[in-house]
Formats: sequence, structure tokens, C-alpha cells
Amino acid sequence: MADPIMLESSEPMNKEITRHELSFVRRYLFSTDHKVIAKQYLTLSLFWAVIGAATAYLIRWQIAHPDTEAFGWGYIEPQVYNSLVTMHGTIMVFFVAMPLLLSVFGNFLIPLMIGAKDMAFPKLNALSFWIFLLSSLVLFVSFFVPGGAAAAGWTGYPPLSAKNEYTGGSYGMDLWLLSLALEFASFLLGGINFLTTTMNMRAPGLTWFRLPVIVWMQLTAAVIFMLSVGPLVAGAILLLMDRNLGTTFYLADGGGDPLLWQHLFWFFGHPEVYVLLLPGVGIILEVIAVFARKPVFAFRPIIYATIVAGFLSFIVWAHHQYISGMDPRLAMPFSITTIIISVPFALIIFSIIATLWGSNMSLKSPMLFALGTLGVFIFGGLTGIFNGSAPVDIYIHDTYFVVAHFHYTLFSNVFFGGFAGIYFWFPKMFGRMMNETLGKIHFWLTFLFFNGVFIPMHLVGLRGMMRRIANPMQYEFLKPIEPLNMFITMMAILLILSQLVFVINFFWSLMRGQVAEDNPWQSNTLEWTTSSPPPHENFDTTPAVYRWPYDYSLPDAPADWLPQNNSDPSANAAER
Amino acid sequence: MQSWFPENVSTYGGDVDSIFWFIFYIVTIWFFITEGLILYFIFRYRRKPGRSAVYATGDTWSQLAWVLAPIAIVVVLDVLIDMRGADVWAKVKGQRPPAEIVVRGVGKQFNWEFVYPGPDGKFGSEDDLATDNELHVPVGKVIHVLLSSKDVIHSFFLPHFRLKQDAVPGRQIPVWFEATRTGEFEIPCAELCGFGHSGMNGKVLVHSPEDFQKWINEKWPTQ
Amino acid sequence: MNSQAAAMSGVETPVGKNGTWWFLASEIPIFGGLIAAYIVMRLGSAGWSDASSHLNFNIALTNTFLLLTSSMTIVMAHAAVQNSALKRGANFLGLTILLGLGFLGMKAFEYGTEISHGFLPSSGIFWSFYYGMTGLHALHVLAGIVVNVVLWSQAVKGSLARHPHRVELAGLYWHLVDIIWIFLFPLLYLA
Repeated sequence: MADPIMLESSEPMNKEITRHELSFVRRYLFSTDHKVIAKQYLTLSLFWAVIGAATAYLIRWQIAHPDTEAFGWGYIEPQVYNSLVTMHGTIMVFFVAMPLLLSVFGNFLIPLMIGAKDMAFPKLNALSFWIFLLSSLVLFVSFFVPGGAAAAGWTGYPPLSAKNEYTGGSYGMDLWLLSLALEFASFLLGGINFLTTTMNMRAPGLTWFRLPVIVWMQLTAAVIFMLSVGPLVAGAILLLMDRNLGTTFYLADGGGDPLLWQHLFWFFGHPEVYVLLLPGVGIILEVIAVFARKPVFAFRPIIYATIVAGFLSFIVWAHHQYISGMDPRLAMPFSITTIIISVPFALIIFSIIATLWGSNMSLKSPMLFALGTLGVFIFGGLTGIFNGSAPVDIYIHDTYFVVAHFHYTLFSNVFFGGFAGIYFWFPKMFGRMMNETLGKIHFWLTFLFFNGVFIPMHLVGLRGMMRRIANPMQYEFLKPIEPLNMFITMMAILLILSQLVFVINFFWSLMRGQVAEDNPWQSNTLEWTTSSPPPHENFDTTPAVYRWPYDYSLPDAPADWLPQNNSDPSANAAER
Repeated sequence: MQSWFPENVSTYGGDVDSIFWFIFYIVTIWFFITEGLILYFIFRYRRKPGRSAVYATGDTWSQLAWVLAPIAIVVVLDVLIDMRGADVWAKVKGQRPPAEIVVRGVGKQFNWEFVYPGPDGKFGSEDDLATDNELHVPVGKVIHVLLSSKDVIHSFFLPHFRLKQDAVPGRQIPVWFEATRTGEFEIPCAELCGFGHSGMNGKVLVHSPEDFQKWINEKWPTQ
Repeated sequence: MNSQAAAMSGVETPVGKNGTWWFLASEIPIFGGLIAAYIVMRLGSAGWSDASSHLNFNIALTNTFLLLTSSMTIVMAHAAVQNSALKRGANFLGLTILLGLGFLGMKAFEYGTEISHGFLPSSGIFWSFYYGMTGLHALHVLAGIVVNVVLWSQAVKGSLARHPHRVELAGLYWHLVDIIWIFLFPLLYLA
């Protein structure tokens, strides 16, 4: 891979920023500017987060107070309950986590961090958003069609999902499949943009190993997604065919096999969790480096480990299927690959902790959320070991122990990580600072109530409470956990309410926040060298890069930070 | 915390639980080390005027060793966990001990149906007996259940036996267990199977040898 | 693409080509997943060759020939356009389109005879896969034809001179569609 052309000095690549007189529609609705598109994704994902939280509230109400009228809603029928659990998972994974972590931060940051004016394919980028909006509409509509929304779990296992007579639903399930297919297309196109842009449009001097770690994470996530989603697209087409054309891919009567879906789903499903994890790790590494005033420890090993983990993620999938009926002898090979994949992630986690050692740490909101992500994620990673052990999984599979586990790993990256990113890059995106006091309150409330919800949930799972049941009191052996479930529900309501602090802070800061300077955090990466927010086409002149992003507290340097476009030869720019 | 688990009444339940506890102790130690270090670093290295951070990049082997050494320990522990786990997995899901009683367990929306082959020992014959949601077994004997489903995927879950197995249409999947005491224990369904999934519940009735014989005599009077 | 990308394209793989390769990389697992599922399921049970014996080998062989030839003609279109021979390029693109339409026409005829003999997607697991795989492939052929028609009309009008590389990119996609067929043909018709 040839390096971009080394320019003598920062020659202007564009002569003058012509202030296009674009209409409101062209500027904000149908914009091809990556920064606007990122904000469109942000708006849509936050909208879905509210809906996702509403589904969580209703689910928790029903579990704690079965067959009573949920406050603000009413009675929840079993069929509706199944739709709620299905849609909660679908919305949170595909319509909150993916767009927030990848589309918002990837779109906003990649061109800025590489010194580019925009993505390689700006119109394709806009198209990606509009396809995503279409997929959102399809999913939203599915709530209101006869038979209600899909109700076979976010995992959609056939035969339950293959025949309407089994769920009592109707074409809500078909709309679910269509919405996901559209969403996958949107993200595939987005991934093409991320990869091509970074490969081709890096500023002079910006070699691969001078890229900020979050760019590496976004790229790896894009590649993993692009290579893993194919089989699920195929599988979804087959499910649509079973549902509508009388084929029998997943129906034993016609010679098919329900387990085929599971393999196709999890072949994607497992790499997908790393697609979600990596951008979160990227965000917190950038935030930690800045607020600790330290380089990312073991930067290259982290990148190599990430790529290795990307490869390995394709060969662990059946640890979701230990007791599915697949040949029990397959459990051991997949257990082994699952152990192996813990190695690169252990490296990443230990390196993040090592980055904290010897730091000069400031605990502003972005840093609190970044540390919260780390702490919560470690807990989730540790409970993953129970799930990865096949004999233990015999007992805990499909119980709330699994639910607790994945909320620790997912919520940490999506919400704690997402908030870290929003608080950190809000000044760059919107030109204003968020209120620091409200940020701290938001963090502590979220941290407290999140743990209040999900720590007890492990115990609920260990008791044996199965997933996706609407009334645990129908089971004698679950009666002892009734108080726990009520406690969890109360914590969940408080967790949801705490997010109001963020909502207030976000909108108030948009309008009345303190005006932000170019680089309020004294960060080294290129996006902070331009104004807050950046102009259309980002940079007055294309920056030239002389160092890696992490020269913080470089000994004998004039300051405890050295931006990447700083060419001061007196500051020891070691061969990075 | 063991008291949170339902009482174990199965011969291999203790083995399953012992892997859980083995992992639990390992994981708890790691939890305190990692989270403890993070908290300690937050406190010890909080920003103070006049301080500066250490420019530690992890470029040298001596620095990287701090990360590589714990990874090596993680790997060793993971391997130990899997090796011990493999034995228990083989015991529960691998080769089954010879059956003393064989029953068919069929999941359907929304209950379990159990089919006994009767005195002739053959399924599909005149003396077969089907029960709804009741699995009668004698204590202390190896029971094989051949699981299948009439419609969607269900999951045969015996919490008190630490046994779970998906019941898949088109397949017949064998499981086994042996009860260590008499009593009645629930058989919830552990895989979303439709709007009646919640409440789909059978029970296994473990009888003393005499009571089981009485049940047999009742069901098949002309012996 | 924006001007910065264009300016930097001279140094490494141009953005358009890069983007196209990533797009193809994402298409491969879709068919790969289908094909793998077919193979695993077929290996695991008997009776599929009974069903597959009802397929029309001759039509499929003709279709293979049509697609392979069309891959050649699109390469020739690309060569012509590279040398600024837009009219020749248009002709070769036109040929490619016709061959592609021929493929689809034969496929439609083939489906027609199969359906009239009572072999529907619901006729069993082999037929489910047959219609699923060839149907998805046919949709991709159709998409490729649409792209080629757009480029053909640009070649005829002369506006293709501004983006001659697009024929190469369309060719890459078309070759992928061809290669997928090369896998489907033996798996469905010869096994």
C-alpha cells in the first residue's frame, strides 16, 4: 500500500471554500456532507433508543406485575409480550447500536481524522442513510399491521418464525425480514465508503499506523460486518421463501432443517457482537488517551489483536448452539476456538488498563463514561466464560443469566461507550459544550441503576428463570425470585428516567451551551485542528501529518500534547 | 449463592455445578484484580497540578510483558476450565449409560407429551401409553428421554437435574438423567415457542420403587 | 466521487475500483452461505439426485455458454472504451446485454417447463434450493443488465468518455455473476 503523496507543505487542495447557497432541503435533508449524515443517523438512533426503552419498560412491568395493566399502556397480552421482547432486541441491536456506534461515529470522524474533505462516495453515503430510514419505517409500520410485529425473538428461529399459525401473527414477520434486509444493504454500502475512504484519502504523512485507533476499529468492524452478513441475508431470503412460497428450507416435513437457520444466523450473529464491540473500544481508547494524557499502551499489538480477533470471530459461532440438537461432539471444537478468541480481547483489555497506569487523569464526563464502559464490559466478559463452558451452558442457556451477560457487554459499549463519544465529540459536532455537572449526574445515575437492574438478573438466571416468559409466577420453582424481579423492574424504570438528564443536557446545550473552541480537550487528532463545528469540506487546507496521534506527555516536549499536524522537530517525533 | 440454584436431585447435577463454581472462583479473582486496578489507578493517578503522565507506549518487551503475562495466565486457566468441562459435557451429553426406562418426550404448543412403550418395550405398539405433562420415573434408575417436537422448537428443561435440551421437529434427540430422591419437579419449556410459551410446564414425578410399580400396575392392569 | 479522491486516485487503486471490490467481497458470502447450506444439506440426506434428474441440462449448458461469452464481450467493451472507441464499446456492451437477456429468457422458459411439470418451490427441499439459488442469481443478472444498459446508453451518447473506468467496474460485477453461475451449474445440474 503506497503512502499518500508527501507534499512539501500544506498546499491547498481546494482553492477557496465556495459558500454554496444550498436550500434548507439540500443542506440538511438530502445533504451529502458526512457530518450532516452522521447527525441524521444520530437523530434516528436516539429516536429508536426511546422506543427500545419503552419496550424494555413494558417487558419489565409484565415480569414484575404479571397480567396487570402497565402504567401508561394497559394490559399486555402474551402475543404482544412476545412481540415486545422480539422488537426490543431487534431495535437495540440493529436500530440503536449499529447506527450509533458505526454510522454516527464512523461517518463523522473518519473523513475528519484522515484529513479528508468528505467520504469517497458522498452520494452513496446519503443513499445509505435513506435506505436506513426506509428500513426504519418498515420496522415501525410492522408494529401496526394486523397480527402485530414479529414475535419469534430477535433470533427469529424457525419453525416458529416460518409459519404464521405458530405465532398467531401475520406479515409483521415479513416486514421484520424486509426491514433487516434493507438495513443490511445500508450498512454494506456504508462499509464500502468507510474502507475506500480510509484506503484512498488519507492526508499526506498519514500512514496506516498513524491512524487513530478508532479508525482501525471502525474499519475492522466494517470488514467483519461485510463478510459475515451474507449468510444471514441468504438465510433471511430462505425464510421469506418458506413463509411465502411454500419452500421447506427450515421445515422438517419438507426435508428441511430448523438448525440451518441457526447456523446461518449465528455465523453472522457472533461476528456481529464484535462489530458492535470494536467501535466502542475505539471510542474509549481515544477518550482515555486524551483525559489520561498518555499514549494508548501497546497501540500496534492492539491493532494486530483486533485483526486476529476479526478472523477468529468467524469460527466460534456454534457456542450459541451447544444444546440446539447439533452433534454434541461439535461443542468441544467450538469451546476451543472460543478460548482462543479470548486472547486478543484479553490483550486489548489489559492494554487499556495499562494505559491508565502512570496517567495524569482528569475525570470529566467523557472519561467517566469511558471508564464506566471498561468496568461494565469487564464484568460482562467474565460472565461470558460461564456461557462459553458447554456443561455450564446446559443449565444457563436460555435463562436470564445470558440476558444479564449480554447486557453487560452490549450496554457498556452502546450506551456507556456511546455517551462517552457523544459527550466527547459534541463540541466538534455542534460547536457547543455539554453541561459538565449534568453529565456527571447522568453518569452516576446510569451506572448505579444499570448495575441495579443487571446484577440481580444474574441471580434470577441462576435460579433458572427462562428467557422470554411473561409470567415467572406460573412456575413453583421461580416463586422465590418474585421480589428480585420486582426490584429489577423498579431499577429499570429509574434507569430509563435517568436518561432524561441526558436529554435535557443534550437539547439545552445545543441551544445554550457554552460556545466551543476548536480543541477544548487539547486532543492530538486531526478533527480538532479545524473549527467546531468544521466547515463544509472540513479543512481550509489539507493537513499534513508528522506523527502518530498519541504524543501526550512526550518527555521534553513543549506541551503535554502534540497534534498530529505538528511538525516541530524539537519535539522528538520518534519513528511512528 | 448455591442456595439460589434449585435443589439438585440429579446424579450429574453436582458435576455441572462444580464447573460453575470452578469458573466462579477464577472469574471472581480476575474481577477483583482488574476492577481493583482500575479503581486504584483512578485514585492514584488523578490529575494534580505539576504532575505529568508517563509516556509508556508498550513498545518494549519489558513493558509489554505486563500485558502478556496475565494473558498467558488467562489462557492456562481457560484451558483448565475447558478440560474439566469436557469431561462433564461428555458425561451428560456424550455416551449415555444404559437405560433402565426409555420414554419419548414430545414438545408441542403448549405442553409436553410423554409416551411410554409399555411392557412390550416397543414404541408404536398396542400397549403404548401417552401422558400429558407427566413424566413418571423411579428414583435411582437411568432414564432415557427421546426428545422431538410436533411443531416448533421447544426446550426440555429440568432445572433440578441441570438438564436442558432443545426438542427439534424432524429430529429425535436422546437425553438421560437419574434422580437421587423422590419428589415432583417442574419441566418448563426453555425455548420461545409461541404465545403459550410462558406457562408451558410439565412435571417429572420421581417415585420410590414401590410407588413406581404401583403406577405401572395401574396403567397396564393386565400384566 | 469528490475531487480530493479523484486527485489522489493516481497513486493507488482508484476509489471506484476499491469500492467495487469491497462490494463484491460482501456479495460473495451471500451466495457462499447459500451454496454451503445446499452442500451440507445435500450431503446429509439422500434422494436429491432423483429431483435433480428432472432438470434440463441442455438449457443450463446453453446458459453457461451465454454467460461465459458475455463475460468476454464485456471485457472487449472495456478494452474498446479504454482506447476511446466508444462506438465499439457500445456495440460490445449491447452484445453483453443481449447475451444476458438471452440467459434470463432461457431461465424463464426453463422455469416455465418445470412449473408446468409440477415442480414448484414447494415440491421438496431440492426444488426449494434450486429456485432459491437460481432465482437470486437471476435477480443479480438482471441488476447487471440494468447497469450495462445505463452504460450502453452513455456510450451511445458519448458521455461515457468522462468515466471510461465504469465499464471495467461493471465488468468486475458481471464476472462475479458469471463465476457464481459456474458454481451453481455443476452443483445443481451435474451432481
